[in-house]
Amino acid sequence: MKQLLILGAGTSGTMMSNHLRKTLPKKDWQITVVDHQENHYYQPGFLFLPFDIYKTSQLKKSIKKFIPKGVNLIQEKVELIDKDQDQVSLKNGEKLKYDILIIATGTDIAPREIEGMLGDHWQKSVFDFYTFDGARNLRNKLRKWDGGKLVVHISEMPIKCPVAPLEFAFLADSYFKNKKMRDKVDITFVTPVSGAFTKPKASKELNYLLEQKNIKIVPDFNIEKVDADNNKIVDYGGMEVEYDLLVTVPTNMGDDVIERSGFGDELNFVPTDKATLQTKVKDNIFAIGDATNIPASKAGSVAHFEAEILTENIQRYINGQELKQEFDGHANCFVETGDGKAILIDFNYTHEPTTGHYPFPNFGPLSLLKESHMNHLGKLAFRWIYWNMLITGKHIPFVSATMDTDGKDLEPEQEITH
Amino acid sequence: MEQVFAGVSVQVNDEGYLTDFSQWTREVGEDMAQKEGITMTDKHWEVINYLQEQERNEVPLTIRKIGKSGVVNIKEFYALFPNGPLKVSSKIAGIPKPVSCI
Repeated sequence: MKQLLILGAGTSGTMMSNHLRKTLPKKDWQITVVDHQENHYYQPGFLFLPFDIYKTSQLKKSIKKFIPKGVNLIQEKVELIDKDQDQVSLKNGEKLKYDILIIATGTDIAPREIEGMLGDHWQKSVFDFYTFDGARNLRNKLRKWDGGKLVVHISEMPIKCPVAPLEFAFLADSYFKNKKMRDKVDITFVTPVSGAFTKPKASKELNYLLEQKNIKIVPDFNIEKVDADNNKIVDYGGMEVEYDLLVTVPTNMGDDVIERSGFGDELNFVPTDKATLQTKVKDNIFAIGDATNIPASKAGSVAHFEAEILTENIQRYINGQELKQEFDGHANCFVETGDGKAILIDFNYTHEPTTGHYPFPNFGPLSLLKESHMNHLGKLAFRWIYWNMLITGKHIPFVSATMDTDGKDLEPEQEITH
Repeated sequence: MEQVFAGVSVQVNDEGYLTDFSQWTREVGEDMAQKEGITMTDKHWEVINYLQEQERNEVPLTIRKIGKSGVVNIKEFYALFPNGPLKVSSKIAGIPKPVSCI
């Protein structure tokens, strides 16, 4: 019996276990998933939790519920990946041999990486919303906050769901308007890149949002430290931004086990081929989702598209065939803009988000890069799709793994490459 | 659009970043730096070479990466290229500006 081992039962690991149990013959392949956590979280919901739009009970379910029959689930921490011995050691001392390893250990916040971010003020005046606890604590804070300077901040790139901080700022504007206290709240968005939007078409279409919602932008801010005693953040160039409430996205890093195993980059992400998803660590080790260092967004939609291609490449690897160089960096995200509206963006490695219709050309019903109520409903409906279709590996109709250029207002000469 | 650096006409985007790296030369970089108010030294060039090498390997550039590169620490990077060092140094290196997803 051959062994396929998946580390991580988040969005990617759960999807892969479902896909592969359907495609690999049960008599030849045993599939094992390792994850020490009890709960699978609907992470896109962390954005809504602070504003009392979702309840905590809508965002978590038992991991076990989504691992298919015929797949072995071990709930234990991973100690080390020994690539030379094709073996993974668990914290309880157990050792698991594998023929194929899939790393799906994701990314987590690392507030310890920024001087002064952790301390007595953490989860009191300085919050994250990228964890279940962080989002819930922030909700409790916002319920009784009487206003002041709200600073929404990104520590450094790359981060999971890169538009989420901006969505947070938009939703905060709506939230305080509804509470009839918008005039008491000053919202500032602080980012290490050169603006809220950096791609030309998105900037052109969306810059009005910031002005309309009275959100100030501080670009090119590379944080050196949080000075919590004086309620300000300071950047390496000496720039300072004062806050009463700091909502930050700390540095995002891959799992510590990647570092312990000796093959991560400086943020513990796994060096991975961006088209095949085979790692550069060893031929029989693949990686998917937020755990990789590929230049795509760290987002569930990316993991979803990757999963279809990785499933095929695992089969090709087993059959000794050449791997398909098929992953194109496809990402597809609803971006909440507040007041019951959202925009939809669809892009890949070489095509920036543009206007048009999705998924059907000339019809939609969803419009790309334009605000609409329909897109907002799409985002809310996605929670059902996530729990019932996406992570259990059911195909979502009309949505393809690689990006479709039909229905998009593309100007080929403006294609971007980087 | 076209712009002239060191007597050579090159293609740049709206923000003045080269759109075709093959048009980059050390002289073009030097002239771009001068227009940003920077006089290039050996240390500046070491950083530029590092950035270009990362770009060739398709590694997204971040301030942290540069701080850990062994070429400069972050404080030195700010001293070499004041006012948004990553943005300024990328331009001089002839590589695209670091971007977000939208």
